[in-house]
Amino acid sequence: MDDTSPRGGEPLLVAEKLTKHFPVRGGFPIKRTVGAVQAVDGIDLTVRAGESFGLVGESGCGKSTTGRLLTRLLEPSAGRILYRGEDITRASRKELAPVRSEIQMIFQDPYASLNPRHTVGKIISGPMEIHGVTPPGGREGRVRELLETVGLNPEHYNRFPHEFSGGQRQRIGVARALALEPKVVVADEPVSALDVSIQAQVVNLLQRLQRELGIAFLFIAHDLAVVRHVSHRVAVMYLGRIVEVGTRDDIYGRPRHPYTHALLSAVPVLGDWASPRERIRLTGDVPSPIAPPSGCRFRTRCWKARDRCAAEAPPLVRAPDSAEGHLSACHFPEPPTTAAAPAAR
Amino acid sequence: MNAFLSVRDLSVRFSTEDGTVRAVDGLSFTLERGRTLGIVGESGSGKSVTNLAVLGLHDPRTTEIRGEILLDGQEMTGAPESVLEKLRGNKAAMIFQDSLTALSPYYTVGRQIAEPYRKHTGASRREARLRAVEMLRRVGIPQPELRVDDYPHQFSGGMRQRAMIAMALVCDPELLIADEPTTALDVTVQAQILDLLGELQQETGAAIILITHDLGVVAGTVDDLLVMYAGRAVEQGPVREVLRAPRHPYTWGLLGSMPRLAASVDEPLTPIPGTPPSLLAPPPGCPFHPRCGYVSEVGGDRCRTERPGLPPGRGAACHLSEERQRSVFAEQIRPRLG
Repeated sequence: MDDTSPRGGEPLLVAEKLTKHFPVRGGFPIKRTVGAVQAVDGIDLTVRAGESFGLVGESGCGKSTTGRLLTRLLEPSAGRILYRGEDITRASRKELAPVRSEIQMIFQDPYASLNPRHTVGKIISGPMEIHGVTPPGGREGRVRELLETVGLNPEHYNRFPHEFSGGQRQRIGVARALALEPKVVVADEPVSALDVSIQAQVVNLLQRLQRELGIAFLFIAHDLAVVRHVSHRVAVMYLGRIVEVGTRDDIYGRPRHPYTHALLSAVPVLGDWASPRERIRLTGDVPSPIAPPSGCRFRTRCWKARDRCAAEAPPLVRAPDSAEGHLSACHFPEPPTTAAAPAAR
Repeated sequence: MNAFLSVRDLSVRFSTEDGTVRAVDGLSFTLERGRTLGIVGESGSGKSVTNLAVLGLHDPRTTEIRGEILLDGQEMTGAPESVLEKLRGNKAAMIFQDSLTALSPYYTVGRQIAEPYRKHTGASRREARLRAVEMLRRVGIPQPELRVDDYPHQFSGGMRQRAMIAMALVCDPELLIADEPTTALDVTVQAQILDLLGELQQETGAAIILITHDLGVVAGTVDDLLVMYAGRAVEQGPVREVLRAPRHPYTWGLLGSMPRLAASVDEPLTPIPGTPPSLLAPPPGCPFHPRCGYVSEVGGDRCRTERPGLPPGRGAACHLSEERQRSVFAEQIRPRLG
């Protein structure tokens, strides 16, 4: 996570036109499908081997659903998921087993994601048991090794989750994700439930593991500063679609999509008085994903919206003056600078 | 002349099955009308407990409150419930973090806004309803005449937070306590709500206490800052001074832990080692000493045995000399923050 140049790694986990619509049922007396929550609507993204890929967006934008689709915890409505070039979209449980050991997940809530009746040893060795893996030193030896890797005392093997603090529990979750030596870890808001001082400990741990073990991370979070800190490449989601994707420097230094500009300018910054920034104030709320706006989904809150934005959904393409691999979905991209547009209030 | 709100040597203790929790220990601060005080701290630092005490919202059967809380000359600690009832929602009001649990799902938003108004002013149902519509308009809810009859679940998160602000402001309180008012919200909505609080303060001249864990939120919104750790105030002062040249090692730790948009990404975060102490048995001396890197510099056993005092006005509760606090920040901490 030190350099921002696109990693040369092979594409590991790829989503193609990935879509998830949750049916909304209603009606009387016979319930039938009356609509769909378009949680994820035709997104393309690629996580390369060894890189850290950040996915940011506000609540309800579909970032967590994307994580669950990629790990096959949810069935996609349409589109494809490729792991190392192999289509796993419709793979059966059996076919998935070897892939599952290579794609692991870290969850947000360190209280809900650990079984309170199981010891730490049982929790962390769970994945090995399920996959019938016995490492050379035995499962217990491996668990002790993992506890040490994530900065916990190996002697705590027989303790229960309630004996640990929130930050320590999250470390247990990380150790469990590492048990099968995965190639990709999908981390869904792994630090947002933690206090700032503890959050930094876990962020540093994840960065160290990524560097030392060469694991690819899909880092899903709403906190723009945390994502910037840990990611090589970043995608910004809004209402089920990716509106911009690029390297960290592209997204944070030369963003093109108005929504990215607005998001960045809304982050409260220490020392604001020193260099008062022109803030973009978005009005209103995110529209309902049951009936998203036509064309560009951001147009109802965008200060640049024109007729074309309602008629035509902007494709995710390379805007003029953007670097290669820096794509944005806007008919009227912003100039590549972080200074807020003067047109905005 | 006395301050509008003056808290002196406040201590709050809860008796639990495991023993006595010292949630707040020897806290003092003052607040004037029209000013905003930010209280920053992590979970369990006592920031919410303090403010519940200001409003007399603790259960007297399990809570022991000592010290003095003077709100416009009225002593709040130990005041009878009848006195508190007249003040709460009228002179002092609170905005809670989670609008979904703070609003009742059974009553319309309008009714919940109107209720404290009717109770405190004796207004009729009709007048109170008009007042609720007006309040919803003031906090920026579109079509307030229609939305007044909606139930909370029909509002989005940002709108519910606005409705809660309307409810808190309906009787024109002189003191508004906002407990993590934007923590549950997205950044774009958070910015809207913080702006709204600032605008309303301009209009009404109320004093505001903003409780948060996010130093970024206080930076642009408050006048004075109080940093709390393990139930005690460890640093205070005008917000610019505290953030520009913090003096307490805990405040340094907080700043070093925060990833920031302007910081270099090559610089790793510098977390505070360890975890906050249990308030059942807080460490003797300075509560931060088990996690502090400057204990040896102070020398002897001072940090472990002697509790550092917090100088009034601007200062930190730390045994390092003021000069040393400045030089450590300038030489060791500041360069790392990028």
